[in-house]
Amino acid sequence: MQLTISGLLYQTIQSLLLVLVAPLFLGWVNQCRAWFQNRSGPGLFQPYRNLLKLVNKDAVMAHGASGLFRTTPYVLFACMWLAAGIVPVLATDLPYAPAADVIALVGVFALARVFLALAAMDIGTAFGSLGARREMLVAFLAEPALLMVFFTASLISHSTSLTTIVETLAHREFVVYPSMAFAAVAFLLVFLAENARIPVDNPATHLELTMIHEAMILEYSARHLALIEWAVAIKLTAYTAIGIALFMPWGVIEAGHWEGLPTALGAFVAKLLAAGLGLALLETVSAKMRIFRAPEFLGTAFLLGVLGMLIRFLLES
Amino acid sequence: MSTDAWIGGLMESLSGAGATAEQAPGLSPARLIAIDPGAWGVLGEVAARHGCRWVAGWGEDMGESIRINACFEKAGAYLLARTAVPRAHPVLPSHTPVFPAADRPERHTQDLLGVSFSDHPDARRWTRHQAWKTSEHPLRRNFPVSGHPPEKTPPDHQYPFLLAQGSGVCEIPVGPVHAGIIEPGHFRFQAVGETVLNLEQRLGYVHKGIEKLAEGRDAEGLARLAGRISGDSTVAHAWAACMAMEKAGNITAPPRAAWLRALMCERERVANHLGDIGAMLNDIAFSFGFYHFARLREDWQRVSREAFGHRFMMDCIVPGGVAPDLPPRFIAAMRDEARALRKQIGKLMAIINDLPSVADRVRGAGVLKPEYARALGCVGYVGRASGMDSDVRRDAPYPPYDRLQVAVPVHHYGDVNARARTRLEEMAVSFDLIEALLAGLPAGPIRAPWPPPAADAEGLGLVEGWRGEILSFVRFGADGRIARFFARDPSWTTWPALELLIRDNIVPDFPLCNKSVNGSYSGHDL
Repeated sequence: MQLTISGLLYQTIQSLLLVLVAPLFLGWVNQCRAWFQNRSGPGLFQPYRNLLKLVNKDAVMAHGASGLFRTTPYVLFACMWLAAGIVPVLATDLPYAPAADVIALVGVFALARVFLALAAMDIGTAFGSLGARREMLVAFLAEPALLMVFFTASLISHSTSLTTIVETLAHREFVVYPSMAFAAVAFLLVFLAENARIPVDNPATHLELTMIHEAMILEYSARHLALIEWAVAIKLTAYTAIGIALFMPWGVIEAGHWEGLPTALGAFVAKLLAAGLGLALLETVSAKMRIFRAPEFLGTAFLLGVLGMLIRFLLES
Repeated sequence: MSTDAWIGGLMESLSGAGATAEQAPGLSPARLIAIDPGAWGVLGEVAARHGCRWVAGWGEDMGESIRINACFEKAGAYLLARTAVPRAHPVLPSHTPVFPAADRPERHTQDLLGVSFSDHPDARRWTRHQAWKTSEHPLRRNFPVSGHPPEKTPPDHQYPFLLAQGSGVCEIPVGPVHAGIIEPGHFRFQAVGETVLNLEQRLGYVHKGIEKLAEGRDAEGLARLAGRISGDSTVAHAWAACMAMEKAGNITAPPRAAWLRALMCERERVANHLGDIGAMLNDIAFSFGFYHFARLREDWQRVSREAFGHRFMMDCIVPGGVAPDLPPRFIAAMRDEARALRKQIGKLMAIINDLPSVADRVRGAGVLKPEYARALGCVGYVGRASGMDSDVRRDAPYPPYDRLQVAVPVHHYGDVNARARTRLEEMAVSFDLIEALLAGLPAGPIRAPWPPPAADAEGLGLVEGWRGEILSFVRFGADGRIARFFARDPSWTTWPALELLIRDNIVPDFPLCNKSVNGSYSGHDL
């Protein structure tokens, strides 16, 4: 693949866009949740204010925290930024894209998770270990389910490269794939679990004993916490972008087609807004489930992913 | 009345133990008996055999001797037993072996008065942390109100918690400082994976010395203090304290005052039930329900402020009556408000009952077996959700409930769902009562004159607060000032229940189970 100036430009714009817009997307989801709960909400820009507040604070380190604990926020942020660079948001054929296919993408998320879990156990508090343990309980089922979703999509496009998948799905004539419907539901379940959303986890809770993700980051403060919070927002946005790329890819342009940029941007923003609204709605109509329901929940996701793949094999090929 | 027939039977069983009935009109509805200290343990056994509930126990430094009281109840009839041990050698048999409910109250007496209960199975300190020495006893007469506090209170890290051993057993310490705006208390979990083997509570972090602070106050001052034992039940505690003082002084609050007190108490019950049901929904991350119940509670409390001048109606109940009168326009307004609220709750619950995700969390979580509830003498919605059919308003009615019908919802399953249902149904009962109270509100004065009660006059107040039965004991000293005040918040009976009901549940269900019980830290720690 050729490395062109416009391709690089696209890559830069897209990576920066996702990273900078991520807190805004989180703010949008929170705002929608507030509306559904008949509240006025903290405003769209609250996540930015939170980050700014955290950055301006002095970091407090737990006694006995190792280098792992210190570096994890940076690793986490870097992983999420990398992931944001791989997902085709506005255009396919990104220069970075060949560097990592969907399997590597799952690996990037896994890497971030392993670091976070180790850092949580590093300081030896009860809550950190509790959160790390629970995170792994959720992750060991979420990852294979996510892979199944990707495999279904790659069977259609005969490639594990995300850009090829998106190109196949977006730029060929419109075909309804029943297998992708199964994959979409599976992806939605994994999306909720991986991003610590209701019904698997509650991002707004203050109850240490019920936390999964939050329990792991209880000991972080200031800039470290800011990086983690930001990485979480990027992860949420990147995951949403993956969902959009796989299941609603219409409007994505090929690299170098400058004239399509406004349409692509408009389409992406509209889809993002809709996704945030949908997420908030889902979170409003459901209570959090018991933690041991999470394996059932993700088992369902895995099963749907496998079903999607089988349907692709048996009925569509 | 045949409800107190058991007391006669109990007295017969105790005839060889030197038990004598005494006259004490201020202590009604309880009957007073005096008994030898040596027979104190026999008394406990006999009472347990008669199927009594151990209500409360407290002591008092009488100079030469230390007087110990224990209150029992059965079928709405109360029995107050009393004994005295020499101050120089204060040893007494314990009631805890037959009444688990007596465990912490006896340890409280042990810490504050230096009485040792000889056969107590678990004589660790309870209320005492490190703010005073082992050799000091704050409720003794020679202990000054200001105490002898060390420059800096040492950390209380030597408390001997129960330990669990075995492969995979881990310990999770939680608190005393919690996330969120709640009171302090320490919880020590022993867990295997997510399953709770044992929970041990360590309370006492909000010990304010209420009992010591009460000494020497005048009646009005005591009512104010009682209203601050636990802010969320300020009305019920103030009422119980005032009832005790009024009985001691043989003063009757005017009818209008009694009816207004009940109106406030029912409003307090509704406000807390609303808030707690919302908070339970918040604990299972169902924020929609949380915000709506919070909104309803806020609207309700704002009307309380308009009508009585305070959102929680603090200091509205005073000795001899009530402080603010109800402006006439609120009679219609409150009736309509109660009707509207009943409808709104119906609509909300229709939505919430429809959600399997909510049902899945609350059903079967935190089951308090009826036999445990009975052993611990659980009162209020915690007891009633586990089959304890008791309510002071119905069983030992005080004005104005002696003129009203009080329905008592009882459930038997004892899980979070049963406690929430009980509270929803109690709100419906409160709405009926509020309508009846507003319709029948008598005219007349709202406060009786207050001639200071004689020295040594004693009174007992029993009020059904929103958490359950509150017992208040008052003994006056010279000049109408308080010599001894003791208030038993219902939380004394429900905190131990939480330790039992969380067993075999999973750790992340604890906040929900805890909220469904919602014991008061402040009311318990005194």
